[in-house]
Amino acid sequence: MELLSGGDILIRALSDAKVKHLWGYPGGAALHIYDAIFRQDNLSHVLMRHEQAAVHAADAYARATGEVGAALVTSGPGATNAITGIATAYMDSIPMVVISAQVPQEKIGEDAFQEIDMIGVSRPTVKHSYMVKRPEDIAETIAKAFYIASTGRPGPVVVDVPKDVTDPNNKVAYKYPEKVKLRSYQPTTRGHSGQIKRAVNLLMSAKRPVIYSGGGVVLGNASEQLRALARRLNYPVTNTLMGLGAFPGTDRQFVGMLGMHGTFEANTAMHHADVILAVGARFDDRVTNATERFCPSAKIIHIDVDPSSIAKTVRVDIPIVGPCDVVLSDMLDQIQQGDLQTDEPAIGEWWQQIDGWRARHGIYTESRYEPSTNDNIKPQDVIKTLYKVTKGEALVTSDVGQHQMFAAQYYLFDKPRQWFNSGGLGTMGFGLPAAMGVQMAYPDANVVCVTGEGSIQMCIQELAACTQHQLPVKIIILNNQALGMVKQWQDMQYGSRYSHVLYEDSLPDFVKLAEAYGHVGMKVTHYDQLESSMEECFAMKDRVVIMDISVDHHEHVYPMHVAPGSMRDMWLSKTERT
Amino acid sequence: MKRLISVLLENEPGSLSRVVGLFSQRGYNIDSLSVAPTEDKTLSRLTLTTAGDDHTIEQITKQLNKLIDVVKVIDLSEGVHIERELMLLKVKASGAVRAEIKRCVDIFRGQIVDVGPTTYVVQIMGESTKLDAFIEALGDAVILEVVRTGVCGLMRGEKSLKV
Ligand SMILES: Cc1ncc(C[n+]2csc(CCOP(=O)(O)OP(=O)(O)O)c2C)c(N)n1
Ligand SMILES: [Mg+2]
Repeated sequence: MELLSGGDILIRALSDAKVKHLWGYPGGAALHIYDAIFRQDNLSHVLMRHEQAAVHAADAYARATGEVGAALVTSGPGATNAITGIATAYMDSIPMVVISAQVPQEKIGEDAFQEIDMIGVSRPTVKHSYMVKRPEDIAETIAKAFYIASTGRPGPVVVDVPKDVTDPNNKVAYKYPEKVKLRSYQPTTRGHSGQIKRAVNLLMSAKRPVIYSGGGVVLGNASEQLRALARRLNYPVTNTLMGLGAFPGTDRQFVGMLGMHGTFEANTAMHHADVILAVGARFDDRVTNATERFCPSAKIIHIDVDPSSIAKTVRVDIPIVGPCDVVLSDMLDQIQQGDLQTDEPAIGEWWQQIDGWRARHGIYTESRYEPSTNDNIKPQDVIKTLYKVTKGEALVTSDVGQHQMFAAQYYLFDKPRQWFNSGGLGTMGFGLPAAMGVQMAYPDANVVCVTGEGSIQMCIQELAACTQHQLPVKIIILNNQALGMVKQWQDMQYGSRYSHVLYEDSLPDFVKLAEAYGHVGMKVTHYDQLESSMEECFAMKDRVVIMDISVDHHEHVYPMHVAPGSMRDMWLSKTERT
Repeated sequence: MKRLISVLLENEPGSLSRVVGLFSQRGYNIDSLSVAPTEDKTLSRLTLTTAGDDHTIEQITKQLNKLIDVVKVIDLSEGVHIERELMLLKVKASGAVRAEIKRCVDIFRGQIVDVGPTTYVVQIMGESTKLDAFIEALGDAVILEVVRTGVCGLMRGEKSLKV
């Protein structure tokens, strides 16, 4: 057997865990590991400019590919900087392994230089964590970490590695385990057949059904099964913010996103539904509005791989624990083999009702906002133009705020893993490093970060890493000169008292900023320039381009749930309420 | 409602803090907690008492099960079970009350395990309500110090919590 140092073992084990790109940032406690990286060429290391961004990029790489993302940070500040990224991945159930270097074991507990209790600090934000104590344990720990991160409900796993464990002078035998088995962890691999049968019976008897699908369908690669089932039944489908693309945005059966900024038709259909099939969704508070008033006449079927997601916030009538893809195809099989039929007349009536709502208030069929004028560009029109110019095929990341909601509402995602945002934690700063992770996964794709002038400044330093690693992402800033989403709430609930949401002329010149990093900057102030400038932007295949687009300062995102209320209680504009 | 939950846990560094952290993180309370390795040194057995409605308890058991280090979880209060707690008390025992305390200890089937010129250390074992009753019976005036182990429990009959 080969003898290797701990540092070499760590990197070998990561390669054996099929890591191609390791996103990271070096430091004292990680020196042995970085030396091991220098002396190999199995995996490539991507030097970022901040650990938060390194973790976001690894996370987005995982979201884009379905593989496990990997990041490496040093001890102390490197580790704490990584926390926001880890928490972001945790809230969205992203498979990821984060290696944090640690001070040597003999110094642990002494408040040594750059010592932080990473296991303790990260504990509430991880699926699991390990501290490795001997070089002999590294390979097995890495194998376990990847296994845990990627199975069941995925999530981030932290592996904390004290410096002495990677000592180049201590060589031990290396062997990557072929299989991992943990007696305390056995994710469910199939749904309960009796429950599936009950669910199918209920589903087939529905008169006003809605299929409510979430991020679990994307993560669980169950999009195909979802489409097949929905088409077979001809039932309406709504996606959560995390589930966009799991069902095609341009499909007739798609009623749009649901929730706080969901469409009128999706939220209203949910409210009136008699049967809801929830798949890989978690009835999050940004979806349900007040849970006591949530969908009063609905019987709920809930498929989720994580039992603790079921009946957490709302009662469920038929819980099914299992992977979405397997459970959905079992359901489809039962429907195809059985002799139950859907209630076609009732479903026909239901569609008529939904189409009526769609025609009345739908954001796609009728303009729900004042159209752009030449010197007042509407943010919604920017997204529509982006959609047109990229033929609906771009891979789109976003940050947090109004721009994010406009992107979610107006870019019709037809494919899973086409839309990337921090849905659970709502992390401003996610967009740019996420775009880099996605671009690394798909070097030839159009990767766009739709952001705000607020959010982009939270990880703006990564413009340098884009240059270094040739990641020609396109950055579309919907510049409303404000922390727009917060300002919207201040408009609606605080009498327009704009407490600290404006910048008083301190915004940077984004064009010059782009140029300072060697990129292309474009400023768009007039609607008649918008489409042509965007064409120009996407024609520059190999360049990072920042488009600073001035948009209406006063625009709000609608619909918006009236809280606390039911799913159908919404503001439809500044003046109309349901 | 009071519940007694028993957990079989990998005896790994940090596994206890994951359990305790889960409770504070999600806003559940722990009223008492006892934990020690089992006959199999790789496993710890943890017993905790908590309170909550059925929904909360369901979430607690699900969230506990979700922890990677947790091997098994049962809610002992769902079935017939035995529960015990041990309590040591240091009490003022001088003059007339000395004999009275001794009598009280006998009634509760406790033992006096240390005798000082003006103090006793008393040991009482049983269900928590019995321990509470003993404290009540003695009264604050004589009690100098109380320490309780927290509850531990087992199911009655043949069922057992094993890997
Ligand atoms: C790290 C972080 N800090 C604060 C917030 C709260 N927050 C949510 S949206 C928002 C405003 C974002 O402004 P901008 O990026 O310009 O987007 P806009 O809403 O104007 O489109 C803020 C501050 C957050 N989500 N994340
Ligand atoms: Mg803004």
